[in-house]
Amino acid sequence: MKYVAGVDVGSTQTKAVVLDERGAIVGRALADMETSMTTIAQDAFRAALDDAGVAEGDVLYVVGTGYGRYNVKFGREQVTEISCHARGSVTLFPGTRTVIDIGGQDTKAIRVGPEGNVLNFTMNDKCAAGTGRFLGAASFALEMSLAALGPLALTAQNPVRITTTCTVFAESEIISHLAKGMLPEDVLMGVHQAITSRCVSLARRVGVESEVTFTGGVSRNVAMVKLLSDELGMPVNVSEDAHFCGALGAALFAHDRAFAAVAA
Amino acid sequence: MTTATLEHGPAGSAADAFDPRSEGQRLIKAWYADLEQANERRQPVANVFVMGNAIEILRAFDFKLVFPEINSLQTGVRKASEEYIRLSEDYGMSPDVCSYVKADVGLMLKENRHPAGNIPKASLAIASNMCGTFIKWAEIWERWLKTPTFVLDLPGQRAAGWQVRPGDAQHASDARWVEAQFTELIARCEAITGRKLDLDRLAEIEERVNRMVFHWNNVMRLNRACPAPYNAMLDGLTFIGIMNVYRGAEEGVEFMRRLDEHLQAKVARGEGRVADEHYRLIFSGTPCYVSMRRLVELFETWGGVFAYSDYLTFAAGGMDATDIVYDTSRPLESLAEVTALAAHRGLSNQFFAHERLAGQIRDYGADGVVFHGIKSCRFVSSGMADTREYLSRRLDVPTLYIESDLIDPRYWSDAQIKNRVDAFFEALHQRGGGPVGRKANEERRASA
Repeated sequence: MKYVAGVDVGSTQTKAVVLDERGAIVGRALADMETSMTTIAQDAFRAALDDAGVAEGDVLYVVGTGYGRYNVKFGREQVTEISCHARGSVTLFPGTRTVIDIGGQDTKAIRVGPEGNVLNFTMNDKCAAGTGRFLGAASFALEMSLAALGPLALTAQNPVRITTTCTVFAESEIISHLAKGMLPEDVLMGVHQAITSRCVSLARRVGVESEVTFTGGVSRNVAMVKLLSDELGMPVNVSEDAHFCGALGAALFAHDRAFAAVAA
Repeated sequence: MTTATLEHGPAGSAADAFDPRSEGQRLIKAWYADLEQANERRQPVANVFVMGNAIEILRAFDFKLVFPEINSLQTGVRKASEEYIRLSEDYGMSPDVCSYVKADVGLMLKENRHPAGNIPKASLAIASNMCGTFIKWAEIWERWLKTPTFVLDLPGQRAAGWQVRPGDAQHASDARWVEAQFTELIARCEAITGRKLDLDRLAEIEERVNRMVFHWNNVMRLNRACPAPYNAMLDGLTFIGIMNVYRGAEEGVEFMRRLDEHLQAKVARGEGRVADEHYRLIFSGTPCYVSMRRLVELFETWGGVFAYSDYLTFAAGGMDATDIVYDTSRPLESLAEVTALAAHRGLSNQFFAHERLAGQIRDYGADGVVFHGIKSCRFVSSGMADTREYLSRRLDVPTLYIESDLIDPRYWSDAQIKNRVDAFFEALHQRGGGPVGRKANEERRASA
């Protein structure tokens, strides 16, 4: 059996996915950006191979994606994460026509065709407001883990309006609300609403068409999923593998290259 | 608009006696050198903007022309803009102010020492309502340098969905309004120079502008050829610089004539700017002068060439349409008529941008449109969202929106821009090239 892989080097985490010849996911791995940019791609790739129980020599083709895609030195090709998230989303949910991807420093809205081809896209510009970094600021200010933010936000009764659009200033605004005696859950819900508002505005620029698939690390946040769905007025697809969607898309491109060539 | 250091070399170009880049550089250098001695020689100097500037009248009085916008963009091209911008911010200007203005304020704070040479003090400044910032910018010169200012009020759009056409009653009325202001301006020039306006001289200058515009229109039309002989956002910036700085001068006519010939020869040889042209694009908006070479490189790596840019028309003062020709038998009236028309088109830019771009996509066989937004330049950036939506949803034309600045390097984020450009080309590739461009190109090849 031969395999292919996709490695998504993002701003905060690196994800790797291994596919078999049928295109099924057989291994995946996630590495926090704690080591160097040059070695983390290799680390995540090897961890995904271990997860799959696959030897490196059996991997025919690797595609790198994400901001650090050019650091996937062992990859044969680089594809942007925009194309990869589009491709991955349609594979996970074939009815997908709009992808919302919220990562550590980027938020993207992508309109996709039935084959996972990109029809239009837009991204946040010059500023990390509306991205996962905004939640990172909240996590730091509240001294809570990222995983705890969503569930707590959902218990809010009187959400506070976060007015700043600046991620750096958001932290001081959060602290100031807490100092005034606001409840952490209410402040947190305000933070989630601020991100949702910017993100939905971005999505409307490319035109929101059902089905909407939510990808990226922030898709694991339950409050974000609920708010996005409420704001868009439609359900939002979230896969268990949403976090790996970029790496999956990259692996699918690798699959095209490797096995289309073999078939030819 | 003009470049001294934007490096480029057309792929596979054959030997040609005329090198537009080096000739353009030589002319710009000569223009700056001529400015340096203007105050010492007691020559009249005028600050003018590239749009709505009455250059023909000023030339008739032998004013030396200073283009503050070009001075500012030249600081960007020469990688010195940050120093000038920071000086103005240290003085107290907000980061949101137009970076051209800030670089110019920095220039004043550096006592007019510019990387291209010393800029003379102006005896007169012409501003207009073509851009709201022009008027406030001129007020700075008036307050800081005591430069007398003349503000032209040029009529613009009256209502949505309607444009002034040459010869209609509104145009005639607009022309009279502009002519009355020119009469006032002429009196000011006569007072400064101690000379009377020579109408024959004005007619000669206009005749030269007519010839320049004739060749300029040819130059832009020649890039409809596939492959495109030049990149509108690199080579084109040198060309438009000459169109502005040497408008109405014999050197300008000669440059445009030779450029026209040079490009005709390239087209005849089938020689393109990029060796393997895959995608033909239109650039909408103003350039990022500080990184334009890099931006073009990001596109050319994918075989993408900017065949056309609306910047080449609005930043040449609207001197593009074939019906803009001076009637030199009545030079003043004709100048007013043309100015009213060109200004109207410039000021109405955003109302009709979608129709204009749709036509240009067909004319240039474009596969897509790239919008470059500038936060501090709402004049050209604010209508982009509507235009982009029209093109992508109604016409199914792929579009890309990127954002940086005119000359402020701090707004250029290479990784982010590269990411967007790469994704744009991946999407173009997935759809096999834009339907409009592909069809136009196939038709063009079939008829060749």
